[in-house]
Amino acid sequence: MRFAVLTDIHANREAFEAVLADVAAHGVDRIALLGDIVGYGADPVWCCDKAAELVAAGAICVRGNHDNAAAGAAEAMSPLARRALEWTRGRLGATEVEFLAQLPLTAEAEGALFVHASANRPEEWSYVTSDTKATPSFRASTARLILCGHVHVPLLASCDMGGMVREQAFRPGLPIPLLSSRRWLAVVGSVGQPRDGVAQAGWALLDTGRGELTFRRTAYDAAGAAQKVRAAGLPEELAVRLLVGR
Amino acid sequence: MIQMRPHEGLVIDGFTLGEKLHTGGFATIWAVTHPDHDLPMVMKVPTILDGDDGPTIVGFEVEQMIMPRLTGPHVPKVLGIGGFDVMPYIVTEMIDGGSFLPVFQKAPLPLSDVIEIAARMVAAVADLHRQHVIHLDLKPENFLQRKTGEMVMVDFGLSRHDQLPDLLAEEFTIPMGTYPYIAPEQYLRCRDDLRSDLFALGAMLYALATGRNPWGTPETLRGVRRRLWRDPEPPRAIRPEIPEWLQEIILRALSVDPMRRYQTAAQMAFDLSNPQQITLTARAHKLKRDGWLQVFDRWRVMRRIRRFTAPVSVAAQVASVPIIVVAVDLSPQGERLAEVLLRAVKRMLILEPDARIACVNVIRTARIGIDQGTDDQGNNLHVLRLVQLKAWAEGIDLPDHRLTYTVLEGPDPGQAIIDYATANQVDHIMMGARGHSTTRRYLGSVSAQVVAEAHCSVTVIRLPEGRAVAAGPALPETEAAPA
Repeated sequence: MRFAVLTDIHANREAFEAVLADVAAHGVDRIALLGDIVGYGADPVWCCDKAAELVAAGAICVRGNHDNAAAGAAEAMSPLARRALEWTRGRLGATEVEFLAQLPLTAEAEGALFVHASANRPEEWSYVTSDTKATPSFRASTARLILCGHVHVPLLASCDMGGMVREQAFRPGLPIPLLSSRRWLAVVGSVGQPRDGVAQAGWALLDTGRGELTFRRTAYDAAGAAQKVRAAGLPEELAVRLLVGR
Repeated sequence: MIQMRPHEGLVIDGFTLGEKLHTGGFATIWAVTHPDHDLPMVMKVPTILDGDDGPTIVGFEVEQMIMPRLTGPHVPKVLGIGGFDVMPYIVTEMIDGGSFLPVFQKAPLPLSDVIEIAARMVAAVADLHRQHVIHLDLKPENFLQRKTGEMVMVDFGLSRHDQLPDLLAEEFTIPMGTYPYIAPEQYLRCRDDLRSDLFALGAMLYALATGRNPWGTPETLRGVRRRLWRDPEPPRAIRPEIPEWLQEIILRALSVDPMRRYQTAAQMAFDLSNPQQITLTARAHKLKRDGWLQVFDRWRVMRRIRRFTAPVSVAAQVASVPIIVVAVDLSPQGERLAEVLLRAVKRMLILEPDARIACVNVIRTARIGIDQGTDDQGNNLHVLRLVQLKAWAEGIDLPDHRLTYTVLEGPDPGQAIIDYATANQVDHIMMGARGHSTTRRYLGSVSAQVVAEAHCSVTVIRLPEGRAVAAGPALPETEAAPA
């Protein structure tokens, strides 16, 4: 089965649309959204409704910290995220809030675990930024593959038969064989707000039949999305971030 | 973890184990059969000791990851892979010609055999590099031969696939490889340089030609380290009948600094098949090892060295030193076109400053009957064309060893160019195309045939006048358009 794994869309319609078009061109069986559909960007309603539409058509979708906060929960956040969140709350309607509030924290399919942040305590939203930070996820789950987001910088780690967790280098666009002798964790890069210096939407293609994962990048109209952020009166930093991918 | 041990008669995933063919240090090899596969096959099963056997496991994981991604005649075809949960294994086709080790044990071999074997080994390595893989453990026992002649490489446990995670990178703190053949940068723990394989080829070529390894058979890392400053005995000092050009190839491949070696296997293959074109340097004439003062100077530099610069990627390295064939039409009708082609070649060298240019010209021979090697005036046509080809290339500013001239003969010039390009692993063909005559349209032109059938990129050059004529009819319409 071929999965398209998208995470951290952050209300960026331009990026979301571009990735969905790319996904369609690649031909996948199922879409998985790893949370943070809203927050930061200028199109929270459109992105929520699109996500709901995908879920209705069979997509997996889990809840992120921004989704949780937008649906009313109290979350610790940076001042920048707080300002964007307050703006977002003012835009979302009852349908969107209800959709975000009912999302599960984790989902499983085809031996893979889908979660927004670290898998050991999903509700604490811990960042997986290194092999050391990936270890608790491997301890908490028996899944062959753990897919998460939240960091906005892609990462791949493997856990060998001896339980040793190591980060693995990879090149975007090339399929990585997920050896069956190991368990794997992939932090998928952000669709709507990449922070690894590449101003292109990040996502991943998982082929469970072949046991391969490909980190992908899709170019999108970042300037248009940044323009909308400015027009909405959201903080300038959020617009600049889209343009530089950091 | 692992549930089964291999034994004769064991059936796993449809494969039935037969006789045990080989017991190595890290694995056993078994003959196997399968009802769905009607060919002789072997199964490799790693010998995993109880408890933590990290190196063997990771090495086998690397093989399981890399081998299914390889194709072509120079690697064994993979037919099955078994996970570590039951019993790890890899099933491949059995290579009918067997191992190459016995051939090595007969070295020194007749020189014609050395050259022929070397060419086949280098071709195999070039094919592997083209697939983004550096072998990093090339040695005689890892080469098998097909009955059809192709060399097949096996044992990818230390290999590096440029586009896949390197599971071995952080696994070990000591250099990995086989001591007589390991390159200096591998000793310094670099796993990213395809030129390490060219060093190993040089060491094997040395052994085939002289009957000894260039640095003996060191058993300690200290012994391996000496090759960073100590030069080997020149092959011609051991066996005087070794031609100077072959010593040039061997010692170039064995250069300590990867930058001074061949930069790709294809370049090494080119020299092996075009020995008369090799520019001999001081190392070709060398008959003694360097004096102690020179060695001491090198030791002072090398004992501090931590790394050599590795290429950005295998693909980038393979592409950085392309072999470009320029097919030149030397007939009077082709004169103008040849000038334009020369300009195009010069421009190409600005884009590809490290390219090697192979100028070729084809003498069309009759399909049937005895060919005339001389023209009506009694001049030797072949020599004449060679002189003309050199005269044409005079304006190309390249060192001799990167500019070669070859006159081909054949009834079908297009096919001759294609065959030459294939045999020499050429990356790019540049050639001229004459105008659009009706005859050409119906009979097909040489350039069209080359474009259609060559396995590499082809650039076709036309005279600018030809384009102007073709564009002619469109002009009045443009003028007629309202301003």
